[in-house]
Amino acid sequence: MSTLAHVFEAGGIATVTLGSIGAHIQGSAPPRGLWCDFPLGRPLGKPNDAEFQHRVLTHAFSLLSSPEPIVEKFAESIADDGSETMACTLPPRHDPNLPVAVDEANGLRPAYDRAVAKLGNRVGAGRTVSADDIPAAVQAFVDIAEGTPWKQAGVPGIPARVAQDIRGYYETAALALAEHAPSAWAGTRWFFESTEAGRTIVAARKAMADSGEKHGIWFYITPGDR
Amino acid sequence: MADADVKALTSGLELPDFETTTFNTPRPLAEATAAIVSSASLHHPDQDDFAPTDTGYRVLEAGRRDYMCGHWSPNFDATGIALDINTVFPIDRLDELAAEGTIGKVSDIHMSYAGNQFDLSAVRMDSGPAGAKLLRDHEVDVVLFTPV
Repeated sequence: MSTLAHVFEAGGIATVTLGSIGAHIQGSAPPRGLWCDFPLGRPLGKPNDAEFQHRVLTHAFSLLSSPEPIVEKFAESIADDGSETMACTLPPRHDPNLPVAVDEANGLRPAYDRAVAKLGNRVGAGRTVSADDIPAAVQAFVDIAEGTPWKQAGVPGIPARVAQDIRGYYETAALALAEHAPSAWAGTRWFFESTEAGRTIVAARKAMADSGEKHGIWFYITPGDR
Repeated sequence: MADADVKALTSGLELPDFETTTFNTPRPLAEATAAIVSSASLHHPDQDDFAPTDTGYRVLEAGRRDYMCGHWSPNFDATGIALDINTVFPIDRLDELAAEGTIGKVSDIHMSYAGNQFDLSAVRMDSGPAGAKLLRDHEVDVVLFTPV
């Protein structure tokens, strides 16, 4: 973002840049920067909290009155200690002939559809894999986890992108199941730690790494700290 | 996993170095036209998704709300965006600021780039200047940059 701020300013536009990582916004020194110590993915801090978002914007736009380049820190921080996980009741087993993860993905479809109808589809399936094809994509990761080379498993796209669509499908469905606004990363932790599909993707990633696949193919299948 | 663990992954990232910082003095905000530029790879459903090394931009219409996040990185929380687009692209907040007179006008167009780029040369030399010119041509005075 700071690079674009420098470029846009050179193009004649006054800029204000929000940054979630202090070292980045301070180190890249945009013309006007506001370090908001919030979790990644939430640069305005709190979803569905207009008052909080306005406090951020009020501080950000106040920097326009500075006579020289300036980087400040927003007064409030939002911490994530890694402990909160969404609590969602997963669908019961339906088809014993399917792998558990595939059965689970099928069972979440009504919740996914409810969430999309209510919220729209901003981060769910559809970037590479449609919602209809999510169970088949999950099946591909089941096969990889069980030893099938990924190129033979029928992954319907670049593995990281397919995994991202599966995760988006689950996290979107979870918003309908939980019916409350989760804290940052709570949906991600739920997916990777509490669902069969999430655990399967972690196992498939490990199988790909262990088989010597290129780092770039498997690494971005999950967040990098996993 | 925690947010700090993911942020720590970027600690070795080489930051862009600018020898000088251009600094414009804008007209008063109450008279200015403001736009948002996001690095969240936002696009409308009828626009092309972002490829992994896509250094281009998508033009976002202010009158629509069907923004999709096409960002490739797995290293951010997506539920905030799913719940409220203003978490990353505060378009409703800008409309409110314009309605109360804090901002002169909200631009009819906004933009998004893909923020997860390792090679920034094309952004610095091509798509960045082109995006700035596009907004200048739309008489934008102030841009709010939002990351993801």
